[in-house]
Amino acid sequence: MNNDYAIEANGLSKHFGDLKAVSNLDLKVPRGQIYGFLGPNGSGKSTTIRMLCGLLTPTEGTANVLGTAIPGSARNLKPKIGYMTQKFSLFGDMTVAENLQFIAEIYSVPKAERRPRIDELLGKYDLGGQRRQLAGTMSGGQKQRLALACAVLHHPELLLLDEPTSAVDPQSRRDFWANLFRLAEGGTTIMVSTHYMDEAERCHRLAILDRGIKVADGTPQDLQGNTGMHTVEVTADDPYRAQEALDCAEHVASVTQLGMRLRVLIPEHLAEPVGLVQQHLDAHGVTANVRLTTASLEDVFVAVTMGPEERVA
Amino acid sequence: MKSLSRLLAITRKEVRQLRRDRLTFGMIVGIPVIQMLLFGYAINTDVRNLRTAVADQANTHLSRQFVAELRETQVVDIIEFVDTPAALVERLRLGEISIGVVIPHDFERRVIDPERPAVHLLVDGSDPTISSVAIQLRNMPIAFDTGKNAPREHNIEVRPSYNPERRTPVNIIPGLMGVILTLTMMLFTAVAIVRERERGNLELLINTPVSSAELMIGKVIPYIVIGMIQLALILVVGDVLFEVPMRGSVLDLYLASGAFIAANLALGLAISTVAKTQFQAMQMTFFVLLPSILLSGFVFPFDGMPHFAQLLGEILPVTHYIRLTRGIMLREAGLIELYPELIALGLFTLVAMTGAALRFTKRLD
Repeated sequence: MNNDYAIEANGLSKHFGDLKAVSNLDLKVPRGQIYGFLGPNGSGKSTTIRMLCGLLTPTEGTANVLGTAIPGSARNLKPKIGYMTQKFSLFGDMTVAENLQFIAEIYSVPKAERRPRIDELLGKYDLGGQRRQLAGTMSGGQKQRLALACAVLHHPELLLLDEPTSAVDPQSRRDFWANLFRLAEGGTTIMVSTHYMDEAERCHRLAILDRGIKVADGTPQDLQGNTGMHTVEVTADDPYRAQEALDCAEHVASVTQLGMRLRVLIPEHLAEPVGLVQQHLDAHGVTANVRLTTASLEDVFVAVTMGPEERVA
Repeated sequence: MKSLSRLLAITRKEVRQLRRDRLTFGMIVGIPVIQMLLFGYAINTDVRNLRTAVADQANTHLSRQFVAELRETQVVDIIEFVDTPAALVERLRLGEISIGVVIPHDFERRVIDPERPAVHLLVDGSDPTISSVAIQLRNMPIAFDTGKNAPREHNIEVRPSYNPERRTPVNIIPGLMGVILTLTMMLFTAVAIVRERERGNLELLINTPVSSAELMIGKVIPYIVIGMIQLALILVVGDVLFEVPMRGSVLDLYLASGAFIAANLALGLAISTVAKTQFQAMQMTFFVLLPSILLSGFVFPFDGMPHFAQLLGEILPVTHYIRLTRGIMLREAGLIELYPELIALGLFTLVAMTGAALRFTKRLD
């Protein structure tokens, strides 16, 4: 195994009966980076993470996670990974300190180190005031910080986070990501699944999943530079009519409305995207400001998850 | 070493949660005490004072003597004398009486005639316990003082051993121990594990170095202790309130109970691997609990059940446990003498535990 990679997966598949949750997935996750899994609900993000930590047996394919072969006994892997579930999974009827204490015991943290480590985490994740509070009575953001503190208590090499920010407010999300960067700087490899574009944008690398298939991967910059589409922004007084004019028009791959603006994707092989859009708008008598722009991650997502017939438009 | 400390961490956590869960904690003490009071005072299989009317058409010395003896059994409470059997039928129909006694004109001749019954009992058959009492009554000896009575099939009086005063609690409490332990042990274990699955705790735990064995044993230990505490509680309340004798050895009883608790915990674990929600776990518990009450010999005599029901009863751990407790507590039997019941409990534990271990893996698929 190449030591530069924390995770290497080859042709990983998981089928539940007729449902192909994950199909033929190849992955290379470099050590010490934040690797994002972007995809809608049901795209196979959780299934992949569960296969990688040995909770689910792959139907086909293999993986190597921190030197442990998957499928196989994940016993040696468990002490090296930290896992944060989508739903809060700590004990709501125990206090914050008791939860941390329990996790420390489970991971066999030496007795002398437990207290200092717990105090350190309470400080780091801003939970000092909640020490004696029952975990179940805390806010979403506090619960999430506790879950992260528990996941990293034993200094795991790899942190697997399954949609960790789905239940918290934007400020908590920002703080959470600041914590993740700090961990990555400390050498922890982090794999995080999300369906938020802004979160995906923060990852060092990411893979986009669509119905169990990896449709793109790379750094966010790479992905934005290689959509295979021109991105045209249309600012119109009547965006609804502009959208009507473009929706079924020839050579228009997709139209997305953002307030007064429309983001229009035109296949890359067409030379004059701005002129093309302008023509369609003129034909319907819609006045609008049309300009070429760079692709956002959302444009990437729209471009890579569309069917082949839309792609050539 | 690490394994043991992880196991104890699970146990500590379980105790901590249990202490905070006031309702469950209350149930641990409340269930045995309340059930004992309920069953001990309310269940009375020893039927007395059934309302009875008599149509004494003979009205002789012998018939009056018979009625007096009938009254002395205290099983019947003679509230009325009527003239004709038809009047008895009418009162039965109206529910005014449960038993009607018809003494025919030729009572004295019938007593010495083995071919004809001397007395007719009209019985309200809608209540099975009353019918069984009537069957008991037909064994009452009816005799002339001279002793020239006829040889008959039903003239043997049933005199119950070991509980001569026929107090129901003495029979009920040893069986009740089994039912209470079945309920709490099986329900608590099954629910404790399913609850963690429901709340998502299990998904976190199976991603830690904790093994399934550590998890299962760690979770079960507090409930074994609880079972032993409940047992002590039942014995004390049984002694204080109902004067249930403890003729055998207390150590034997605790050893037998240990085997029984193990069987129930194994069953609880097996249930927890099948049930997806706490509600399902509860339903499955009651699926086992009802036959445990009805088919184990706790309420109905085991020997009186149809063959098929007896087979079902033999599968239930509580059937064997009730035989053990009644044997040890009432008949002063030793644990060694009752070894077949112990073997049955051991076998049951083995099967349930194997099933649970096979189904409970640290995987989600």
